[in-house]
Amino acid sequence: MDTFDLLATIIKVVIVFVTILVTIIILGLAERRVSGFMQYRLGPNRVGPWGLLQTVADGIKFLFKEDIIPDNVNRPIYLLAPVITMIPAFMTFAVIPFGVPLEIAGHTVKLQVADINIGLLYILALTSVGVYGLVLAGWSAGSKYPLLGGLRSSAQLISYELAMGLAIVGVIMVSGGLTFNEIITHQQATSWNFWKQPLAALVFLVAMFAETNRLPFDLTEAEQELVGGYHTEYSSFKFLMFYMSEYANVITASGFMVCLFFGGWDMPFIDEKALGHWGVVLSVLAFVSKVGFFLFLYIWVRWTFPRFRYDQLMRLGWKVLLPLGLVNIFAVGLWMALRA
Amino acid sequence: MIGDYLPVLFVFIMAAGLAVLLLVLTHLVGPRVKDKVKLSPYESGVDPVAPAHTRLNIRYFIVGLVFIIFDIEIIFLYPWAVIFSDFIKRSPFILYEMLFFIAVLLFGYIYVWRKRVFEWE
Repeated sequence: MDTFDLLATIIKVVIVFVTILVTIIILGLAERRVSGFMQYRLGPNRVGPWGLLQTVADGIKFLFKEDIIPDNVNRPIYLLAPVITMIPAFMTFAVIPFGVPLEIAGHTVKLQVADINIGLLYILALTSVGVYGLVLAGWSAGSKYPLLGGLRSSAQLISYELAMGLAIVGVIMVSGGLTFNEIITHQQATSWNFWKQPLAALVFLVAMFAETNRLPFDLTEAEQELVGGYHTEYSSFKFLMFYMSEYANVITASGFMVCLFFGGWDMPFIDEKALGHWGVVLSVLAFVSKVGFFLFLYIWVRWTFPRFRYDQLMRLGWKVLLPLGLVNIFAVGLWMALRA
Repeated sequence: MIGDYLPVLFVFIMAAGLAVLLLVLTHLVGPRVKDKVKLSPYESGVDPVAPAHTRLNIRYFIVGLVFIIFDIEIIFLYPWAVIFSDFIKRSPFILYEMLFFIAVLLFGYIYVWRKRVFEWE
């Protein structure tokens, strides 16, 4: 790795990190404004133009709130839990490519922070680590609501991780590789995986909502039953860290979905790699707009479906999505065997 | 090869740095007013009854166990899926192999289903 590559890597890391932070801020506002429009009201629109600075103001407010550490918490774990939740949430986006490689002065710069050969496993592994944060947060708080929320979230996340893992297997079978570039190139050469494996895409979509603890699967923080769930005893920035991780996970899950089933940075009917710099711009635009759609879908679904009951959640995960994932693998295998 | 993971290290340092910065910042900036009632565990405004860490429903543990079994199954599926498109061109044996493997696990799946592990009434 020469100096140019090292410099390019550092610049990419910083740009992607800042972009995620800015997207979290925008998403925090969009969540409230889109919710507002869906309920025929305006939502926050006073702080800055169109309320754009609302989330920043909220962040500053969080900073000046008291950092309460209740008496009977397990201090080291209580302080560690938000950190454990946040680190994987911000690390996962690193392997997702957001555009075709850029040519600068004879060097090729991949528009992807880390091009590792086990990209998919990297995301799955890190999201599993994120579960520890929620469980430890619930357990260490020494209070009943967080404990129940943490337990629920652990059971929910591991249940839906199975369905998510099975949905991905079908995609790997057709593309023959674990890196995102192989998957996207394969989709560009043929057609988007969504058209070939709509069942897997559906299973993945549902599992994705459950994995990020979003409605209709936000049972870990069902406020009518559990007050706030695993972060009931958290205040100030520690509370904010859980929210930031949730939004970061939402962004990564959308990017993951786009790469697996909707062609990643591929814009249909256009060969981005032949267009030079304009191709790079087009591909990034395609990626951003696709991810944007899924971010909107998250909010859209939130106001469309009521929350599941816990027994329904478990039944859906184990009795419906898991068999459907297996059926998809079998169908893809059979289809490829017949074509071979 | 290992150089591919250098950016991952950078991202980890950024994420860990931000997380620790936020923790320290909020600890330094926020006001501090000690109050016995405020520092007691939240239980809808009532005095806490009984310790928080009591017995838990066994179902959570059973689901954890079943998860480990099936997660390992899926981990075995990944290397199989990577080589699948190459091998299937030569013979469909690779498909039968995995079907047999899944069928064995399917027995376990039906067993836990019949034992009502997935029922949460």
